[in-house]
Amino acid sequence: MNVSDTKKEFPIFDNKVHNNDLIYLDSANSSQKPRVVIDRIYDFYTKEFSNVGRSVHYLAIAATNLYENTRVSVQKYINALDKNEIVFTKGATEAINLVANTFGQKYLEEGDEVLLTELEHHSNYVPWHFLRKSKNIKIEFAEINNDGDITLDSIEKKITNKTKIICVTHLSNVTGAILPIKDIAKLAHSKGIPILIDGCQGAPHLKLDMQDLDCDFYAISGHKMYGPTGIGILYAKKKWLDELPPYQGGGGMIKEVNKNVISYGDLPNKYEAGTMATAQVIAFNESIKFLEKIGIDNIEKHEKELLNYATEILGNNNSINIVGNPKNKGGVISFTIEGVHPHDIATILDEDGVAIRAGHHCCQILHQKLGLPATARVSFGVYNTKEDIDQLDKSIEKCKNIFNLK
Amino acid sequence: MNLKELYQEIILDHGKNPRNLRKTDNFNKDAKGYNPLCGDKVHVYLKLNENKKVEDISFEGSGCAISMASASIMTDLVRGKEEIEVKEIVSDFLDMIKEKNELSNKILKDDEKTKLMCLSGVKKYPMRVKCATLSWHTLTSALENSQITINTEN
Repeated sequence: MNVSDTKKEFPIFDNKVHNNDLIYLDSANSSQKPRVVIDRIYDFYTKEFSNVGRSVHYLAIAATNLYENTRVSVQKYINALDKNEIVFTKGATEAINLVANTFGQKYLEEGDEVLLTELEHHSNYVPWHFLRKSKNIKIEFAEINNDGDITLDSIEKKITNKTKIICVTHLSNVTGAILPIKDIAKLAHSKGIPILIDGCQGAPHLKLDMQDLDCDFYAISGHKMYGPTGIGILYAKKKWLDELPPYQGGGGMIKEVNKNVISYGDLPNKYEAGTMATAQVIAFNESIKFLEKIGIDNIEKHEKELLNYATEILGNNNSINIVGNPKNKGGVISFTIEGVHPHDIATILDEDGVAIRAGHHCCQILHQKLGLPATARVSFGVYNTKEDIDQLDKSIEKCKNIFNLK
Repeated sequence: MNLKELYQEIILDHGKNPRNLRKTDNFNKDAKGYNPLCGDKVHVYLKLNENKKVEDISFEGSGCAISMASASIMTDLVRGKEEIEVKEIVSDFLDMIKEKNELSNKILKDDEKTKLMCLSGVKKYPMRVKCATLSWHTLTSALENSQITINTEN
């Protein structure tokens, strides 16, 4: 792929940060947006806006078609069997909350266990914690090994006859570990347990094939996939969406309402109550097209190259400790510098226009396990170059100078 | 923006070798502070004598250079002061960090004020102001014995 051409498609890079070029190394937090996505939102509001699925006028029909087109694009992009297996949400967080709430309501009883991993983001822990409070369920955590990795074995060890669902991340937003989710799904299913994948970091960077993966639920964040904020996707096997109760009640999700009885709408309406993030859903179709145009194989290759290059450069720096060394790793590197707190690193790098994340990255369980209150993190996207890593390296040296480190 | 203004030698020194980073024996007031955004934690311990004078003050915790230096300088400056004076210094410091250009209290000596003003560099970094103020809010909570964990996001 030609990165300089790709980068030109992102208007944000026309701006300066503290009079420097922007070096954006925070895509695991949220990615920047290509012009096609930004323009699509503008065009929809200026030329095509209407609410979807309700009125019969010209604009309403056109908007409904555009909205449903995204559903089909997503279905194809992740190779889901049926377009009705795609539910739009406000984000991956809502997608996981939807499953925790409805699955918990219907299938979880006191003493039942939900199995997570120590790598999970708060969005794949807190929704299950609500059930611990309301239904007295238990939450178990598969433990990371010394490389910050989760093995199939670590999952298997924690499965009991009380385990009712297994919820794991596809790609850790801290150690970068890519989990063997196909094998985990196979293991779960061999014991009759459904599996949810938090695909926030997986979906933007890895090839997705729901039929091959055979997971029950897969949560996707739109804004990390070069799409707008306010949109996420829950992929769920149709049998679950048929069986589970609705999540939120309101307009659009009902079939018939009278004073005593309410019947719910068919899929996909059943889970999309109220006016959805229409413009964002429609613009998200452009994100999918953008990713398809570059090709996910090229993206994986590009980000692997950046990862290897950055690992070599940071690895050669004696003051830097890279967190975790997973067997299979995505484009995320968390690190610490002996003697400089991650927040000070982030402030100093920012002065050079280098945007990174510092803190616990919404993974406090993992940071407690690692014995680190905070880490600094760089993460890659389609627009990053080796020159970005060189600048990162220079800015880290500046950081060490300010703190009088050798 | 000027990183040198933010990371002055005195800040780096106190950040690297924080004074009073320990737990006061027989403390009679304490409070915890927490910044959930970055995970910075501080626990301030105070020993007030019968005349309401700070006989000892210390802190435990972890955080960035700014938060550690701020707690370190704070504990150095309020030791030996009366409770009412401590409260005035705290409110003067918080006013300075938020809006005022200088400190106006009559309690601290000029060289002490100069030391404290080294923290004023954070004013240009809004996201870092909380790092500088966490231990000060926590000290207030300890004096009030409110038993509430100070949370920068509440």
